[in-house]
Amino acid sequence: MAELLRTLPLADFAPLTGRPVRLVAAAPAARFVLRARGPAAAAAAPALGTPLPAIACRAAVAGELAALWLGPDEWLLLAPAAAGAALHARLVAALGGMAHALTDIGHRQGAMLLSGPAATATLNAGCPLDFDPEAFPVGMCTRTVLARAEVVLWRTGAEAFRIEAGRSFLPYVWRFLEEAATASAAA
Amino acid sequence: MLLIDCPYCGPRPEIEFTYGGEAHRARPADPAALSDEEWAGYLYLRRNPKGRHAERWRHAHGCGRFFNALRDTVSDAFLATYRVNETPPPPTIGPEAAA
Repeated sequence: MAELLRTLPLADFAPLTGRPVRLVAAAPAARFVLRARGPAAAAAAPALGTPLPAIACRAAVAGELAALWLGPDEWLLLAPAAAGAALHARLVAALGGMAHALTDIGHRQGAMLLSGPAATATLNAGCPLDFDPEAFPVGMCTRTVLARAEVVLWRTGAEAFRIEAGRSFLPYVWRFLEEAATASAAA
Repeated sequence: MLLIDCPYCGPRPEIEFTYGGEAHRARPADPAALSDEEWAGYLYLRRNPKGRHAERWRHAHGCGRFFNALRDTVSDAFLATYRVNETPPPPTIGPEAAA
């Protein structure tokens, strides 16, 4: 029987380095979308090691796990690929009997890491959000539109972002950022 | 770019939003009891005012939530935004805004 091989859309894209912007593909990750309210949302905390962030557009990190607020009852959970099955099992056990939806989207989207002094200028080439640290502090995350592609942006450091995009959008988003980085480096 | 104040996420660029039509339209409790004209009116007829209009918007490329907005259809100014289970607040900008 044929083996199913996991292919990574960004596997052939060389990291962008040596500029004011650094762009690298993120390691394969396990991803879940959790929809839950009230008691069910609270019950997920022990399984994650951190309460789900209740403040809009904020991420909570526990070790290698992260929970990103996407909506009032919607979170994106990120974990290293190898930790996904265990996280899923813990969440299923913790949420048993409570109304919730836990969906594995690990292969639906991928991620790239953008960093460097010109990271915000590069993002602003295709995204009108205000990336001033007061308006978009470290730890803020949001779904938004980057060059007409829907992405999830997460500011992981003063000059570092994680960009999650749909699998088929990854090469496009990468090429867009590459071109924008070249332009912002030349500016 | 026009900024729309999502009740959940705060001010965001308009490209993240989609329009959802007139707000506060209640579905008739017993559609079978209506005449064809009354049912067609519920389905198709909208107020289309010149001036202040309560309408639904969705933060489609953000938190994904529907909310309501008061918008001036002449100036395209968003006077206020509020959650679906809330009553329309007084406008936050314009001549009617509370001092």
